[in-house]
Amino acid sequence: MAILFNENTRVVIQGITGNEGSFHARESIKFGTKVIAGVTPGKGGIDLDGIPVYNRVIDAVENEGANASGIYVPASFAPDAIIESIEAGIQLIVCMTEGIPVLDMIKVKQALKGSNSRLIGPNCPGIATPGAGKIGFIPNFTLTKGNVGVISRSGTLTYEVLWQLTNLGIGQSTAVGIGGDPIVGSSFVDLLELFEKDPQTDAIVLIGEIGGSAEEEAAEFIKDRVSKPVVSFIAGRTAPPGRRMGHAGAIIAGGKGTSEEKTKALEAAGVIVEKNPAEIGKMIKNILDKKINH
Amino acid sequence: MKIHEYQAKEILRQYNIPLPHGEVAESPEKAKEIASSLRTTVVVKAQVHAGGRGKGGGIRLAETPKEAYDAAKAIIGMKLVTHQTGPEGKIVKKVLVEQATDIKQELYLSLLVDRSRNKECLVYMASQAGGMDIEDVASTSPEKIIKAAISPATGYSPFHARKLFYGLGLDKSLSTQFSNIIKALYQIFVAKDASLIEINPLVITQDGNLIALDTKITFDDDGIYRHPEIKEMRDINEEDPLEVEAVNTGVNYIKLDGEVGCMVNGAGLAMTTMDLIKLAGGEPANFLDVGGGASAERVEKAFRILTSDPKVKAILVNIFGGILRCDRVANGLIEAASKIDKKLPMVVRLQGTNVEEGRKLLQNSNLKFEVAEELYEAARKAVELSRSTIP
Repeated sequence: MAILFNENTRVVIQGITGNEGSFHARESIKFGTKVIAGVTPGKGGIDLDGIPVYNRVIDAVENEGANASGIYVPASFAPDAIIESIEAGIQLIVCMTEGIPVLDMIKVKQALKGSNSRLIGPNCPGIATPGAGKIGFIPNFTLTKGNVGVISRSGTLTYEVLWQLTNLGIGQSTAVGIGGDPIVGSSFVDLLELFEKDPQTDAIVLIGEIGGSAEEEAAEFIKDRVSKPVVSFIAGRTAPPGRRMGHAGAIIAGGKGTSEEKTKALEAAGVIVEKNPAEIGKMIKNILDKKINH
Repeated sequence: MKIHEYQAKEILRQYNIPLPHGEVAESPEKAKEIASSLRTTVVVKAQVHAGGRGKGGGIRLAETPKEAYDAAKAIIGMKLVTHQTGPEGKIVKKVLVEQATDIKQELYLSLLVDRSRNKECLVYMASQAGGMDIEDVASTSPEKIIKAAISPATGYSPFHARKLFYGLGLDKSLSTQFSNIIKALYQIFVAKDASLIEINPLVITQDGNLIALDTKITFDDDGIYRHPEIKEMRDINEEDPLEVEAVNTGVNYIKLDGEVGCMVNGAGLAMTTMDLIKLAGGEPANFLDVGGGASAERVEKAFRILTSDPKVKAILVNIFGGILRCDRVANGLIEAASKIDKKLPMVVRLQGTNVEEGRKLLQNSNLKFEVAEELYEAARKAVELSRSTIP
């Protein structure tokens, strides 16, 4: 089962002829992904390793049956690329682009309302379902198929945790990086809801960080609606207030969005919050072992 | 990005928001000249990127041009310490000389981004408690803050102003002035990619007019690329010199106070590395994200920034190679260490893509470092090394 990305997912890469787009299209094919088309306006008609390149997303939908898109275009073109995918009826849109202005993202969120599309990102490492494929940057070697759902606002920290799980023999149902921007397409809550319903997922890892209230909203949701065990880590305990810690969204503003508040909210919802991320894998292992013994 | 009060006021003026008359001065002579031409009591205000200037002695009243000269002389060049500058303070380079205002009442007004889930929009905040820190008002008496959400999809509508105006219970005579300000704030916000516009206080004068006495604007760093006029307002004197150098090399660096310097790829992992240094009993000296596509050259520059912080006693390099290849990082480190005289103890933790090649490169170099496999182990070792260094 897994969530959002499965065997029927057919991916079009927006920006396939660029450095990042072509590199990650090839990496994802090695991971088993069905990359069925690419889009680069003005370059329609050529191909990348036999993958047809179109001028428009709608052509990839009509001619190749694309139902998911991966966006690797610069920040000034990315909002346009997302809205093009929404208009073309793409179900899963994953945008890796960093640096999209907040005002543009507010407009994108408007465009998503009432559409058939779900957006992951922007400024995210993407999504991977081991055994089915991936869109984005998550390194293939960190992933194995299994029963743990992973959701994170970070990139490399996610790889770290996935690698830890994989080394302990714990596989993942789906891993999703939701992105480090203040406004993202899908929140922790959206994905928790899907993981809770997914029969393949037995436990969830939630990696948060300072800034905003996504973790508090997640805690509120988990309290009433999530029965599966959740293990969490919140990055940025030592971050100074008022500074943007790399990610545009990782900022303690007006005393709000600290790791203490988030930890408190999650713990009150029954989530195990680790202070040392190196312990996440072991904690998940304990939980899953207990489950088998029951 | 932050700008000075006088720059923010220039923007407000372009949108016809009423302001006290005034001008910026870089010398006491100029301050005196401005005061003479204003022919009123003036306020001389230090221009630094920090709040709490009044309490720190950065704002003075002057009744005559001579007093304005003296006030400017005292403020320009002073090291202004406020609750927002930290103990090291900020050197004042400019003052704003403005007509003093007869205040009847102070209000608070701002426009910012609401990033909460499914509500993503802009929101006005207004309060009768002007002049105060809005965070204090929010925590002690949140009911005193009137809010009005505004979506860029529909834009400004007069009810936004009405919602705030009647919420504040202001006198009818102010309604036109007030709605003009509310509308202008929205126009500025969307035209300039702001992330916060704050007028605090918005003053009702004795003669019954509204005037923006103090203002602060910050901009969305990701939107600056389409506003060259805003980019020009950046004042690098307000920033840490090492941070300025970092920006120029494409490295994400924030200076902190500790003794363990760290170099990491990825923002989340960089914050985590700082947290682990603290967990191991040390203090991080910085946040540093070399980025996903870091070249050997960028790694070298990042290393140079770390070693030029005199507080740093040990360095922790933590790289999880995904897109970034470990051998490339190793080459950068070797290159950097060979060029930099200052030798600091170092712990290197590499994982991921091309990790074997990276480790081999480091082992075959004459670089002195300790290796760690695990994240926490790396932090512990680095903290230990930072303590054992003889000063």
